[in-house]
Amino acid sequence: MKRRNLLLTAILLFAAMVSTYAMMATAQQPTIKVGVMHALSGTMAISETTLKDTVLMLIDEQNKKGGLLGRKLEAVVVDPTSDWPVWAEKSAQLLEKDKVAVVFGCWTSVSRKTVLPVFEKDNGLLFYPVQYEGEESSKNVIYTGAAPNQQAIPAVDYLMKEVAVKRWVLEGTDYVYPRTTNKILEAYLISKGVKPEDISINYTPFGNSDWQTRVAAIKKFGSAGKKTAVVSTINGDANVPFYKELGNQKISAQDIPVVAFSVGEEELSGVDTKPLLGHMAAWNYFESISNPANKAFIDQWHTYIKNPKRTTNDPMEAHYIGFNLWVKAVTKAGSTDVEKVLAALPGTETANLTGGIAKVLPNHHITKPVYIGEVRGDGQFNVVWKSAGTVPGDAWSDFLPGSKDLTADWVTLKCGNYNTVSKKCLSLTSK
Amino acid sequence: MQTLREGGRWLFVLLLVLWGVRPGYAQSPSDAGFLSTLGELREASFPDKEGIVDRLSQSGHPSVRSVLTAFMEDRLVYRNDDQRIFIVKSTEGDPPAFDLIDPLTLKSGGSAPVDSLTRIGTNNGLRRILRTTVAHFGLSSSDSSVRLEAVRDMLKSLDEPTVVLLRQQNGVETNSRVKREIAIGLALAALDSSDTQMRLDAIVTLRSSASQDVRNKLEGLLEQSSNGKFTEPDQKVRKAAADAVLIIDRWRTFYSGIETLFFGLSLGSVLVLIAIGLAITFGVMGVINMAHGELMMLGAYTTYVVQTAMPGHIGISILVAIPAAFLVSALTGVLIERTVIRFLYGRPLETLLATFGVSLILQQLVRSVFSALNRSVITPDWMSGTLQLNEALGITYNRLYIVIFTLVVFAGIMAVLKRTRLGLDIRAVSQNRTMARAMGIRSEWVDAMTFGLGSGIAGIAGVALSQLTNVGPNLGQSYIIDSFMVVVFGGVGNLWGALIGGMSMGIVNKLLEPYSGAVLAKIFVLIALILFIQARPRGLFPQTGRSSENN
Repeated sequence: MKRRNLLLTAILLFAAMVSTYAMMATAQQPTIKVGVMHALSGTMAISETTLKDTVLMLIDEQNKKGGLLGRKLEAVVVDPTSDWPVWAEKSAQLLEKDKVAVVFGCWTSVSRKTVLPVFEKDNGLLFYPVQYEGEESSKNVIYTGAAPNQQAIPAVDYLMKEVAVKRWVLEGTDYVYPRTTNKILEAYLISKGVKPEDISINYTPFGNSDWQTRVAAIKKFGSAGKKTAVVSTINGDANVPFYKELGNQKISAQDIPVVAFSVGEEELSGVDTKPLLGHMAAWNYFESISNPANKAFIDQWHTYIKNPKRTTNDPMEAHYIGFNLWVKAVTKAGSTDVEKVLAALPGTETANLTGGIAKVLPNHHITKPVYIGEVRGDGQFNVVWKSAGTVPGDAWSDFLPGSKDLTADWVTLKCGNYNTVSKKCLSLTSK
Repeated sequence: MQTLREGGRWLFVLLLVLWGVRPGYAQSPSDAGFLSTLGELREASFPDKEGIVDRLSQSGHPSVRSVLTAFMEDRLVYRNDDQRIFIVKSTEGDPPAFDLIDPLTLKSGGSAPVDSLTRIGTNNGLRRILRTTVAHFGLSSSDSSVRLEAVRDMLKSLDEPTVVLLRQQNGVETNSRVKREIAIGLALAALDSSDTQMRLDAIVTLRSSASQDVRNKLEGLLEQSSNGKFTEPDQKVRKAAADAVLIIDRWRTFYSGIETLFFGLSLGSVLVLIAIGLAITFGVMGVINMAHGELMMLGAYTTYVVQTAMPGHIGISILVAIPAAFLVSALTGVLIERTVIRFLYGRPLETLLATFGVSLILQQLVRSVFSALNRSVITPDWMSGTLQLNEALGITYNRLYIVIFTLVVFAGIMAVLKRTRLGLDIRAVSQNRTMARAMGIRSEWVDAMTFGLGSGIAGIAGVALSQLTNVGPNLGQSYIIDSFMVVVFGGVGNLWGALIGGMSMGIVNKLLEPYSGAVLAKIFVLIALILFIQARPRGLFPQTGRSSENN
């Protein structure tokens, strides 16, 4: 009998403990949900998985510092796969069901274009970390990657002035980013007095692996006696056979240099770098840039991912900048409400990893430095040129007839595509 | 500055001539000077480094060539603790420690972990200068191919000291190919001569070349400035130059035609290689195996594993990988046949779905074991580079080997099918299963072996693909459609069809590509294929005889 009483008391005591614990838990502040939307399967998984891990690391770090506004951050990770229609579905799930305060995500332009209507309808907030073709400025997106004037145009300028390139091959994968970028570059080159017959533009399919004909054509184009360079917007793993073929046909970086906009440390980590030596890439960040902030970031990344051989790259820095900008804006606004954060974001500044300042501009792009690097034997880059200070991102290119009159300003004009000639806002959404 | 450097070059030429007479085995007195000049490289900016390279090359030190070659190849380092400069023997295969060579004596300087060394960086401008400088040294090499390469490099930047060097080399050169190249170089230089007859003679020499540089130079003579004056004043010389340009152009068109044909053959042989295995499983057995691409992927990954297992022997590892990949893929194939396909014979739709499932399982398996990232398979030295037939025509080694490899594999399969007991059994079962069984052939066993054979060939194709494209989990998916296309085009059940079909598809694709671009060329080939199948539903070489009626 006595024993049964004891058991009963024990059970009661346990129950009481559990309920107080549960009450304590509910009494605590609810977490702030942060959406992470990157393809974790399919062709793009190679690049995007790293970005998901980067955001998780940043959230982890922020929570160790005590969270944000006294609340913990909670990551909501979704895998929209590399199948574009799934992106719209997953972003609607994040915004409507999980009610996340912010989303860090997307890589390809097609995925961004797919989720854009959803973010505009549900008034979400997206930080987009990858260099892109421009010609867009949405109220609901902060573009932390480079616009063409922060990557492509300076790279071409460098080749024209420092390498004295006279003939241009614009080689790209057949989709929206290379096509738009090459259109801008072609207009820019012609405005600089390059003759149309000195520009050759060509597109190949995704994952192209037979580059014999193209490389032979480049070789022929480049043997006309004028200095020739290739501006490559070849995306993804098609780059490996491309550089291999260049090496096999004995086109070295000294004869015809290739400057790439989509080849970074991560892409080179799975590659035999011998044939790439001396070819160039233009980015806003290189892992090899020596800077205390960068060193700390690389160390933090190695500890988090538990692998000292993993590289860092430009889109990772963009997420680092984006995350810090968001944290600062939320602190300034005192709330995670999208309208208030969006109002606080323009003008917000944070340090980037290369010793500069990233500032959110009224057009929802940021200021970034531009670096041009040559591939070294160890898969890292030697910086051979850097811009003087940072370059403000320009949403609408000044070199395309349709877009040179447009401007984006979400502070005074409240418009993403304001026509400065007709003084009209074309439409409130980006479509 | 320019004249100073010119002067330096002259001095350097003189020194080189002296060397030619008596190679300097004796320790140069300027060891200390050489070392201190070398030491400046540690801190110098890129423009400063160019000056240092110039000074090094003039120092006449016996190890200049090795040092500069190492510098050009990114193998010049300094040790962090004592700032001493070393040459790294080889950076191949990403070893944890580098073997060092002392830059003065060129003897071994021990080894050091990679972290304790700092590379001395180069950029493109610097490497270009290094290449010409090193080329000058190449002239005194005893290997005629090195000399040929050196002369070719020197032709790219012909200046007066270079011409003097070439003229001297011309006197002592014995190899006819090198001699010819030098003659072209001297003729190019002679085009600037003031003597009309010399220019005419030079053009006669140049006419036999097929080099684009020569052609550009000749065409330059024909240019007319805005005031109507020609670059070349003499009418006769202009006429000769115009004729020469025409001749060179004709040759170049001819060679580029051969090149296109070769490109087509090499693309075709890849198509054949990926389709032969399928021609056996799909063609002979009638099994639609959607996991065929993944069997190729397994072969490619086997290459990677073999290569990682034997570092330092990259060249041989590819050869070892061929039987290894065959075994891995063949065993996987037999496993798939025994566990899945044999229950589904005669039900093509279900086989298709089941093997598609298998392909997903294999992909995920690879993703779990090797991660989703692409693996890097290193191309061995004997497979990279170009077989330069002449100035206008070069054939890349990797493609050449793959064409040969495809033909060997094809011949091997033919031999197995026609000459061995297994081949006889396979043909018997595929022609008439019941009759074959009645004759005492274990048809189940033959099925498994046939499938294993086809899968093994897929594995071998994977080894070849690992040299051409990325080794990743999606490797198979990008080739499966192509391989089915070849088999359908060639005629189901016919290996010769796969060979002819694959080769002709490759050639047509490459003939179209320069005009239409890669995307459209592929689409055209696909449309042509569809139309062809409309006209001849059974492909190029339809199977005839009793068995075809059952299909």
